[in-house]
Amino acid sequence: MNQQLYLSSSPHIHSGETTTKVMRAVLYSLLPACGVAVYFFGPSALSVLLIATLGCLATEAVCQRLMGQPVTIVDGSAAITGVLLALNLPPSSPWWLTLLGAVIAIAIGKQVYGGLGSNPFNPALVARVVLLISFPVQMTTWSAPAPLGSGLDLVTTATPLGAWKNAVMLTGKLPAEMHGSMADYFLGNMPGCIGEVSALALLLGAAYLFYRRILTWHIPTAFVGSVVLLSGLFWLINPAKYPNPVFHLLTGGLILGAFYMATDMVTTPVSRKGMLLFGVGCGLLTVLIRLFGGYPEGVSFAILLMNAATPLIDRYLRPRTFGVLAGKA
Amino acid sequence: MRLKTFAGGIHPPGNKQWSAHKPIEDCPLPAEFIVPLAQHIGAPSIVCVAVGQQVAKGQEIGSAKGFVSVPVHAPTSGEVVAIEHRAHPWGPALAAVVIKPDGEDRWSTELQPAAPGDLSADDMVERVRLAGVVGMGGAAFPAHVKMSPPPEKKIHTLIFNGVECEPYLTADHRMMLEEPERILQGVALLQYVLGAERVVIGIEANKPDAIALFTEHCAGTPVEVVALQVKYPQGAEKQLIAAVTGKEVPSGGLPMDIGVAVHNVSTAAAVTDAIVHGRPLIERVCTVTGSAIREPKNLRIRIGTPLSHLVDICGGLVEPPGKVIMGGPMMGFTQLGLHVPATKGTSGLLLLRTAEVDLNEEGPCIRCARCLQACPINLQPTTIAAYARRDLVAEAAEHRAMDCIECGSCSYVCPAVIPLVQAIRYGKAAILAKKRNSP
Repeated sequence: MNQQLYLSSSPHIHSGETTTKVMRAVLYSLLPACGVAVYFFGPSALSVLLIATLGCLATEAVCQRLMGQPVTIVDGSAAITGVLLALNLPPSSPWWLTLLGAVIAIAIGKQVYGGLGSNPFNPALVARVVLLISFPVQMTTWSAPAPLGSGLDLVTTATPLGAWKNAVMLTGKLPAEMHGSMADYFLGNMPGCIGEVSALALLLGAAYLFYRRILTWHIPTAFVGSVVLLSGLFWLINPAKYPNPVFHLLTGGLILGAFYMATDMVTTPVSRKGMLLFGVGCGLLTVLIRLFGGYPEGVSFAILLMNAATPLIDRYLRPRTFGVLAGKA
Repeated sequence: MRLKTFAGGIHPPGNKQWSAHKPIEDCPLPAEFIVPLAQHIGAPSIVCVAVGQQVAKGQEIGSAKGFVSVPVHAPTSGEVVAIEHRAHPWGPALAAVVIKPDGEDRWSTELQPAAPGDLSADDMVERVRLAGVVGMGGAAFPAHVKMSPPPEKKIHTLIFNGVECEPYLTADHRMMLEEPERILQGVALLQYVLGAERVVIGIEANKPDAIALFTEHCAGTPVEVVALQVKYPQGAEKQLIAAVTGKEVPSGGLPMDIGVAVHNVSTAAAVTDAIVHGRPLIERVCTVTGSAIREPKNLRIRIGTPLSHLVDICGGLVEPPGKVIMGGPMMGFTQLGLHVPATKGTSGLLLLRTAEVDLNEEGPCIRCARCLQACPINLQPTTIAAYARRDLVAEAAEHRAMDCIECGSCSYVCPAVIPLVQAIRYGKAAILAKKRNSP
């Protein structure tokens, strides 16, 4: 037997799951939400999706070329950032706004830190927040859904959360009449960011990720659960002023945030205990910003703030090592 | 019934179907035996024969050196043709006695059968030591050491490991199916020696025939048969104890610290041979398998048989292998070639085709935390590996690198294909080196 043998230390087999496969699965899981967005918001949603995704891929390629690194856009991570960014933008976003967001997400949100795996903040949310602060008009111009085939044009309106916030600020009470029913909110027939409108489509995609064991329950459950508990508490205290937990759950970006943005592996804690704390922190901050902050929506800020706390959480909430009794080092 | 298990772990494909149904075959004698003097954890034995000397089957050819050491015996009768450094499964060439069989396979007349009733516990331990019995699961730790714990460490629970959680391997499975009496006699002898009150045989649920057979044999005896959920690394000592008793061996401690001892089922069979028949450990069952081998088999092999002979007996190679692994795919050792001999710890010979050798390129850690979920010790493999690779020895130690059992579950699941356990091994060696060098 005179031929080459591979020598290596064990293990000699691998699960076959690779980063690229994980990223692809996440992309597939976002297809329902993208489909619903295009159905409700038409070509404008499609163009935002395309510009954001291609913009992210191009920015990643340019950055890596400039830094003399191998170009890794086929790993799918930049494409995910692009799709997630698009899902976090209003359907009426002008092309330059979307493209600027893509460049910010990849260049400032990811590559300056060293690329995949090294960024402390969720790149898509970094871009969204930069745009929200820099271009408040464009970033808060919302369109009423105009389902394909309905013949309707996209008209400007307020999101349910925005309408509520305005009413509370002006009158101190909930608006007399809320646009849309809970069923509309669940299916996505409401104004909002491209990807946040349909809880159903998002949950469908999340179910696939659970099945693929790419998502664990810890962060979404802790996030959604703490929002429901805290918003429920305020609602019980004063239902005339505070909307009920289901409203919090289905309008705005909570489902998109809890299942897709707050579960970004790179920017969240690695231990189960850490994930639970991260999720609870996101939930509490979201409710506080929604109820008492200047912005109607707080999911993005909450997640970014908890991203900043992630290294600290990882440092202090380590899993208990087997054979080490609780209380001892 | 809910099956018992431990926390963490992985589910690699079993790949046991190729050999699980094949009865154990006696492997014919090879043209030449290469018997290494170092086959166990502890001091290598010291050669006690000379070149040209005729030896009988079972005759001592290497004597134990110290307490944690065992003698080595001639696998058959024949002539010592060389005492020299030969290729060894551990990598470097090590001292070995080379024996040319005379074909008579004549037992040594010095071996003394005994009635267990006439022997004290100490006599039994001594017979096991003289027979060169080591743990048959793969680690090859001298069995007599585990049979003589210090008096202050009372063993109350004795667990027999019939888990065989390594993919591909079926040697213990076949032993359990074909030689339950020999195993159970050893179980009873070990219980007597250690004075354990509770005796458990742990078997994974992918061996229902073995579970049924042992449940039947153990009915009306104090021996419990516990079916375990199929999960790697359940056969690791600490994980098996956790699965069976729910107790954790303290970090840095030994099973005897919590009154538990674990022996492999095949070790129990070897203990029977040693105590009752006075026969030394010169053979074992080895699974020869993998997609590069024509006919996978479970072979009863003599210690010192060259791997090439095992391949010949199994119909040869389908194609030249890309990797030759002694043991299983999770914790086995790659070999330099087939000229290497099988030793007391050779539970399997796995030949993988080149196409099966995993050559995916490493990428950056995406902090997916799969390694944390897989780690049966609850470590943070990615963190420790990152420290180890940067030679941050103190940080690696502070993250409890020394608790790692090197099962490889982290590397198996890592989607970035980072050599996590390999880096942690490096870190552990660095930590030990630092300890040795500091006063």
